[in-house]
Amino acid sequence: MKELFPLKQVNGFVFSLLLTVVALSVYFMDMSFSLGMTILLVTAFIQAIVQFVLFMHAGETDDKRTIYTTLYYSALIALVTIFGSLLAMVWDM
Amino acid sequence: MEFFERFAIPHPDPMIYASMVAIVLVSIAIVAGLTYFKKWGYLWDEWLTTTDHKRIGIMYLISALIMLFRGGADAVMMRVQLSSPEMEFLNAQHYNEVFTTHGVVMIFFMAMPFVIGLMNYIVPLQIGARDVAFPRLNALSFWLFFAGAMLFNISFVIGGSPDAGWTNYFPLASNEFSQSVGVNYYMWALQISGIGTLMTGINFIVTIFRMRAPGMKLMKMPLFTWSALITNVIIVFAFPVLTVALLMGTFDRQFGTSFFATGNGGMDMYWANLFWVWGHPEVYILILPAFGIYSEIISTFSERNLYGYKSMVASMVLISLLSFFVWVHHFFTMGQGALTNSIFSITTMAIAIPTGIKIFNWLLTMWKGKIRFTVPMLYSVAFIPLFTVGGVTGVMLAMASADYQYHNTMFLVAHFHNTIIPGVVYAMLAGLTYWWPKMFGFILNERIGKWAFWFNVVGFVLAFFPMYITGLDGQARRMYTYSESTGFGPLNMLSFAGAGLMAIAFILIAYNIFYSIKNSPRNVGDDPWNARSLEWATHNPVPEYNFAITPEVNSSQALWDHKKKSHTLFKGKIDKIHMPNNSGIPIIMAGILFVFGFSFVFSIWPAVIIAAIAFFSCMLYSSFENDHGRYISAEEVKETEEKFGGAKK
Repeated sequence: MKELFPLKQVNGFVFSLLLTVVALSVYFMDMSFSLGMTILLVTAFIQAIVQFVLFMHAGETDDKRTIYTTLYYSALIALVTIFGSLLAMVWDM
Repeated sequence: MEFFERFAIPHPDPMIYASMVAIVLVSIAIVAGLTYFKKWGYLWDEWLTTTDHKRIGIMYLISALIMLFRGGADAVMMRVQLSSPEMEFLNAQHYNEVFTTHGVVMIFFMAMPFVIGLMNYIVPLQIGARDVAFPRLNALSFWLFFAGAMLFNISFVIGGSPDAGWTNYFPLASNEFSQSVGVNYYMWALQISGIGTLMTGINFIVTIFRMRAPGMKLMKMPLFTWSALITNVIIVFAFPVLTVALLMGTFDRQFGTSFFATGNGGMDMYWANLFWVWGHPEVYILILPAFGIYSEIISTFSERNLYGYKSMVASMVLISLLSFFVWVHHFFTMGQGALTNSIFSITTMAIAIPTGIKIFNWLLTMWKGKIRFTVPMLYSVAFIPLFTVGGVTGVMLAMASADYQYHNTMFLVAHFHNTIIPGVVYAMLAGLTYWWPKMFGFILNERIGKWAFWFNVVGFVLAFFPMYITGLDGQARRMYTYSESTGFGPLNMLSFAGAGLMAIAFILIAYNIFYSIKNSPRNVGDDPWNARSLEWATHNPVPEYNFAITPEVNSSQALWDHKKKSHTLFKGKIDKIHMPNNSGIPIIMAGILFVFGFSFVFSIWPAVIIAAIAFFSCMLYSSFENDHGRYISAEEVKETEEKFGGAKK
C-alpha cells in the first residue's frame, strides 16, 4: 500500500497550492511594487519547476537528459531574450 | 453597397486592375480545366487530402516556385523604377507596396516553403523512415502555410497591399500612418502561416529524434538531416516570438491597445526588438538547411566523404545558439548606448567563426576530389566565394560604429541579398536539381541548367555588387526615386541589367522543367549521381512506403558503404506496412482559417466568430475521430517491389 500511495505528488500538490496562496497574497496585502514583483517572479519559477518535475514527470524516463537539456536551453534563450531586450530598450537607452 | 466599399483598393492603378482581370481569368481557367478533364476527384484524393510527406513536399516546392516568380516580378518592377533618375514607372505608394510584398513573399512564402519542402521530401528518406512522426499535422502545416500565402497574395487586389516594409516597423505600421487594411493582411497572413511553420518544427524534431533507422546514431545522420534538426529547433524557439508580436500588433491596430504606440506607456521600438528576436534566428532557419544541402552536394560530386563532419555539426549547433544572441545588430542606430551595441557587435562577429569553419570544410572536401561539374555542383562552387563576400560585408555591418554609415543604405540591401541569393536561393535550386530525379525519375537537362546557372551568377553579380558602391555613396534603401545629380544613375542601370539576366535565368529554369518533362530519358536508375546517403537507396520514383524493409546503417553515408564496403542495408523480410490514412480535415481547417483571417482583416466580426467556431469544431471532430491508419499487406508490398525492378538488398 505504501508504495502505491503517490506521496511525492500529494506533497507537490500541497506545495503548489501553498505557492499559489503566497502569490495571491501580493494582491491582498499592502506591499511595495518591487517586493510584489519579486514574490511573483520567485513563486512563478518555483511553481514551474514543481509542475515540470512532479506533474509532467520530467525526470522519470530514459529521456531525462534530453528533457533537462531542453529545459535549460529554453531557460537560457528566454533569459537572454528578456535581459537583452531590457538592456537595449530600457537600461542602456 | 456601403459594406463592399471597404474592399476597394485605396491606391488604384491600371496595373492592379490588369492583375485583377488576370487573376479572375486564371482562376476560371483552372476550374474549367479541372472540370473538363474530370480531375477534381484525382486532385482531392491524391493531393489535397494526402498525408504522404513526399507529396506534401512537392506541393511546398510548387508553391515556392510560384511565389519565386511573384516575388521576382516585384523585384524586376523595383529595378525598372530605379534604373534611371526621376523614373515614373511606379509612384511612391506603389513602390512601397511592391518592396513590402517582395520582402514578405520572398522570405515567408518562397524561401520558407522551399526549405520545408525539401526537408519534407528528403529527411524521412535520409533517416530511413516511412513518413514524418505526425503525418496529418504535416498536412495541416502545409495548408496553413498555403492559406497564409493566399491571404497575403490577394491583398493587392482586395483592400490594398501592406506598405510598411517587410519589417513592418511601428509607428509607421500603426493605424495613424497606415490607414488601409494592408498591415492587417500582413499580421494575419504571417500569423496563419507562422503557426503552420511552428508545427512543422515540432513535427520534424520528433521525427528526427524518434524515427531514425536502426544504427543511425545522432552523429551518424547525414548532414542535411542534421541541418534540418537544428533548423527546426530554431523554429520552435523563434516562431513563438513572432506569433506574440503579430498578435500584439493586431491588438494595437484593431482593438486600440498601445503596445507599440508612441504614447500611453507603449514603445514603438519594441516592435523592432520583438521582430528581430524572431527575425535574426529566422535568417539561420533559412541558411542552415542550405548549408546542409551544399554539404550533401559537394561531398557527392567530389566523390569524397565530407571533410570535418564533427566540426560541421558543432559549428551548426554553435550558429544556432549564437543566432539568438545577436538581434540588436539590426537596429544599432536606434539610440541605445555603446555598451549594448558593443555586446551585440561582438556576438555578431563571433558567428563568422563557425561559418568560416564550414567554408574551409567544404573547400577541403573538394581538395583532391574527383569533381564533376554538374548543375547542382556549379551552384555549390559559386556559392562559396559569393557567400564569403556576403559574409565579409556582414562583418563590416557588425561593427556598430561603422554601421551608422551603412545603416538603411543600399549597402545593406546588397549585403543581405549577397548572403540570401548565393546562400539560400542557389542552395534551393541546387537541391531541387540534385533531388529532382529522386522526386520525378528523370534528370533536368544539364545544358539548359548550365545556361541558367551562368545567367544567374552573372546577373546576380551585376545586379547587387553596384549597390555596395551606391550604398556607400549614400543611396538610401526604399527610396522610390533619386535625382540625376546624385550620380546613382549608371550603376542603377547596371543593376537593372543584372536583374534582367536573373529574370532570364529563372525563365530558363522554368523552361528546363517543361523541356525535361518532354525530352529527358526516364531510365536514369535509382542512383543517378553516384550519391552517398540513404535517400538514394530506395526505388526511383519512391514507393509510398519509402522502404520495403527498414534499412540498417552504421555510418553517415550508408549507401556508399553499401556500394563500396558491401554493407547490407536491408536485412529481414518484407512484412505488412502501417501507413497513415488521407484526411480532408487539414485543408478544411486551413480554408476556415483563411476565412477567419480575411474577415479579421476587414473586422467583419460575425464571420470571424462563425469561422472560429467552425475551426474549433474541426479540432473537436479530430479529437474524437477513430483513425488507426491502414496496412499495406506483405503481398502488395512484394508486388510493388517487383514492379519497381525487384527488392533492394
